[in-house]
Amino acid sequence: MGATRKRGPQLRGLPFVLPYLPFLILFGIAPMVYALDLAFTDAGGGWVGVDNFTRTYNDFRFMPAMKHVLIYTTVWLGALMVFVVALALLLHGRASRASSTFRFLYYLPGALAGAAAVLVWLFMLDPTVSPASFLLHHVLGADFFAQSIAPGNLPYLFAMMAFWTGAGGWIVVMYGALNTIPPDLEQAARIDGANAIQIALRLKLPLIRKWIAYMLILSFATGTQLFVEPEIVQHASFGLVPDTWSANQLAYQLAFRFADFNGAAAIAVDLLAIGLIGAVVIVMRTGLFRADD
Amino acid sequence: MRALGLGVRTAILLTFAVFFIAPVVWLLLAPTKSDEALITSSPFSFGDFDHVALAWKHLDAFSDHVYRRWITNTLYYALSATAITLVVSVPAGYGLALGNFPGRKLVLSATLVVMIMPAAALVLPIFLELNALHLIGSSLSIILPFAFFPFGVYLAYLYYATAIPRDLLDAARVDGCGELQTFLRVALPLAKPVVALVFFFSFVSDWNNFFLPYVMLADSNQYPITVGLSNLLSSTPSFNPSVGGGGQSVNIFKPELALATLLAVVPVAIVFVLSQRALVRGLVGGGVKE
Repeated sequence: MGATRKRGPQLRGLPFVLPYLPFLILFGIAPMVYALDLAFTDAGGGWVGVDNFTRTYNDFRFMPAMKHVLIYTTVWLGALMVFVVALALLLHGRASRASSTFRFLYYLPGALAGAAAVLVWLFMLDPTVSPASFLLHHVLGADFFAQSIAPGNLPYLFAMMAFWTGAGGWIVVMYGALNTIPPDLEQAARIDGANAIQIALRLKLPLIRKWIAYMLILSFATGTQLFVEPEIVQHASFGLVPDTWSANQLAYQLAFRFADFNGAAAIAVDLLAIGLIGAVVIVMRTGLFRADD
Repeated sequence: MRALGLGVRTAILLTFAVFFIAPVVWLLLAPTKSDEALITSSPFSFGDFDHVALAWKHLDAFSDHVYRRWITNTLYYALSATAITLVVSVPAGYGLALGNFPGRKLVLSATLVVMIMPAAALVLPIFLELNALHLIGSSLSIILPFAFFPFGVYLAYLYYATAIPRDLLDAARVDGCGELQTFLRVALPLAKPVVALVFFFSFVSDWNNFFLPYVMLADSNQYPITVGLSNLLSSTPSFNPSVGGGGQSVNIFKPELALATLLAVVPVAIVFVLSQRALVRGLVGGGVKE
């Protein structure tokens, strides 16, 4: 430790961090503490224990909204895990020109994240203009737009939209991670008689496990917060889709239509807790922080 | 057997390529056709450029040129916030990586916790906070929360902690550079890749953010493009038959909506195309062969 440097090295670095602290406190820590405080108090600021949680839980809109979000997140994460990993493995070890073209095509829809993606998919789901109207007819049995966005379809459609915008970025990342595997390792496996599928599943897959876990944790937390997709579809749904379709929408309605910020905060805390539990489960199942990594 | 494997592999890759790209191609072609032609002609046919001009005329006329204002607003919000993010987060990452002041671990852990937390979870409490500060409805209510970007601090921290040798900075100090000069002359120029990365993530996430401005802004003249698109959608009879007069009064139909969507993603698309390589190199670190 160089304890004798001039101007007290104990404070070295602090001046560089100072401008960041007001942001961290004002828009990171304070809102978090505030949300927790709101969730356990009433409008007057008095402590009410878990009252807000039981009250919102018993709200007739709560369970459907949670169920929607859960189905959506499960389908989306499943699709990410299977297809992102499979496509990255298929692209890896292919002629690099073709591979980079494919990666670019997969990655491009990422530019249309959020509201733009929803609008594009509203067109894709409208059988009168969609290039995939035969799929809409045969898979969803839909000949009209209103049939495409029938409530039962929505969690799957939102999962597909999220996959469409986000998968390409993760494929690029997984591909990059696969490239960090030393070629000697693959060579050795091939000499030992392993075929391409065995190499992919037994050698490459375990080595990118960390990245898969990382993708799932980030996606799980984001997935539970679903808001923009149902909010926009609701505007175009002829009143078929309720404005409290997702949990986050319910929180929004509680806060801004019913001025129930405590109930809204309770739902926000619920979602955070679910996100946290999800992260812990994923870490345990994938061994993300195992010592040998 | 081998040829069969290759065939299956190519078929899978091509199927997904169609899934990812067909909607984009459709979107590029839609404004070249009339609302009627969108229904009657083949989905991937090209109309003509006159229809693009007409669609733009209608879109631009909507609500007294409000579309232009949405784009300008978004540029203003995203660029100001990203500028603040860069000025704040790169030095912060540097200080956290190379400093040893009390509370360093605490700041680092808090940054990590907030980073993993989805931004939408904090929107409601931030609204209440800014409401108490009487900032709701001002552009600061968008720019300041956007400017807090813990992921940027974390990226800069990782970069300085792993990629920059301490000896190099110590050498600069021995040569008589002060702390600030060491940062500006040595550490900052070395961090160009991470500055690019922070710019990319911050700009894209600000540009695409919907929830925060949706909550903070009531006046449609202040909307960013994401909220604007949702507003436009509510005004078109194509998806909203309840819009009065068959929409003749607003002239916003499917081609106009498609054009609005397309123009809304141009800046992000440019950043995206430019960034693919830097993204991988920055995230996975080294070892990327093309």
